[in-house]
Amino acid sequence: MLLVALGIGVLAVVVSAILGPKKATRIKLMAYESGNDPEGGGVGTGQRFPVHFYLVAMLFIVFDIETAFFYPLAVAYQKLIPFAFFEAITFVALLLVGYFYILKKGVLEWN
Amino acid sequence: MPDWLIQLLITLLKAVLVAFALLTTFAYMTLVERRLLARMQIRLGPNRVGPMGLLQPLADAIKSIFKEDVNVTLADRLVYTLAPIVAIGMALSAFGGIPAGPAGSLFGADPWVYNFDAGVLALLAITSMGVYGIFLGGWASGSKYPILGGLRSSAQMISYELGMGLSLLGLLMLVGSTNFRVIVEWQSLAGWMILFQSLGFALFLISSFAETNRTPFDLPEAEQELVAGYLTEYSAIKWALFQMAEYVNMITASAVMSTLFFGGYRGPVFLDRFIPGISGWPIIWLVVKIALFLFLFIWVRATLPRLRYDQLMRFGWKLVLPAALINTVMTAAYLAFRGSLGLWPLAVLSLIGLVLLLVLGDRVRGLWSTSSVKRPIERPSPARPVGGD
Repeated sequence: MLLVALGIGVLAVVVSAILGPKKATRIKLMAYESGNDPEGGGVGTGQRFPVHFYLVAMLFIVFDIETAFFYPLAVAYQKLIPFAFFEAITFVALLLVGYFYILKKGVLEWN
Repeated sequence: MPDWLIQLLITLLKAVLVAFALLTTFAYMTLVERRLLARMQIRLGPNRVGPMGLLQPLADAIKSIFKEDVNVTLADRLVYTLAPIVAIGMALSAFGGIPAGPAGSLFGADPWVYNFDAGVLALLAITSMGVYGIFLGGWASGSKYPILGGLRSSAQMISYELGMGLSLLGLLMLVGSTNFRVIVEWQSLAGWMILFQSLGFALFLISSFAETNRTPFDLPEAEQELVAGYLTEYSAIKWALFQMAEYVNMITASAVMSTLFFGGYRGPVFLDRFIPGISGWPIIWLVVKIALFLFLFIWVRATLPRLRYDQLMRFGWKLVLPAALINTVMTAAYLAFRGSLGLWPLAVLSLIGLVLLLVLGDRVRGLWSTSSVKRPIERPSPARPVGGD
């Protein structure tokens, strides 16, 4: 499935590259920036962006691992109750401590 | 021919079939969306190319193939070309795991391309790979707007992915399996999952709207605000591939919602009383449910305004995530202490949770819509003399 799907993507790009006109001019290939060459443009020139995105990515990793731990528990849950319930509650409570910490620190605020 | 070769060929054939079905659906989705949006705004929509505009998607496709494929000078050539391919590849292959009928109902073959025991996990994994396509596309373009758009888009998608994953936990606890077929069969015995997990479904619906960058969460593509987000520097077929990925993701999300919460390929059982066996008709029910969800996507797009970006992120982290956790804990507590009660009290509980969420919506909004920046109090400007300066 993956091979077929990627194949379709490659095919489309190749066909279009063959069929389309190729009349590139310097102006046409310029980046979109009101007709000027962008300042400090280009890949790997060290543009800066807000640290918020970094924080969100870190939080995502933490909570996604939490989700990953939760899946096996959820699938086997009916065989493990009621013991599993207290386990789950403990785990969630520990995470909630972290959650309220970032909440109070204002990490989730965007402005 | 050896047996495994035949199996391989059949799987390949099914993969090609699914891919082309999805691409055709995508093409006509664009037409249907434009027509429906037009109807909702009391106008007609595209109706010139072919009868009822039916050839419009074809014309669009031909146009985008024959357009010039501009490679911007600042772009990183390899990644710039690969990103749309990754996006469409992941979007298309995510659909293959959805079962469209019971085993052997597709002319003797199984109506799915692959069927993992960890189907739900595989689906979540593949769809999150799509984030790479979007972010790398923005990054590789090499100028500012696409990078910002790509960052925003990927931050939004990963945030709502959490809500998506967590809102499914209650469902998994009930069924005890991550296999799509087991989930569907469970629902045909016990009743549709939406009954027992209405809160979970609502959260999943919201998350999937955000996952697919659809309105009201389509900020990365807000034309008026960020040019076109990660798509700014793309043209011709590469642009079309990104659009395709978005729409295919939408179709996949609809299919997943109908499979997990609305009984999948099984129709409502009570209709059997009128026409015997109607609830078992293969594929038709799944298609009907997908179509209904797609209509919902379009309807919402025509109705709701878009959120601001900070509101969007707060909404995801402060409302969807805790609510999904609450839903999980609620289901867990009920299952642990239900005694000999059936599942119906859980349905009531879940519904109460949903209603509470809706009723408290205005209170909760204080969490995510207030800006933390203190605005200076506006003073009424001194009256100007009539007649101007």
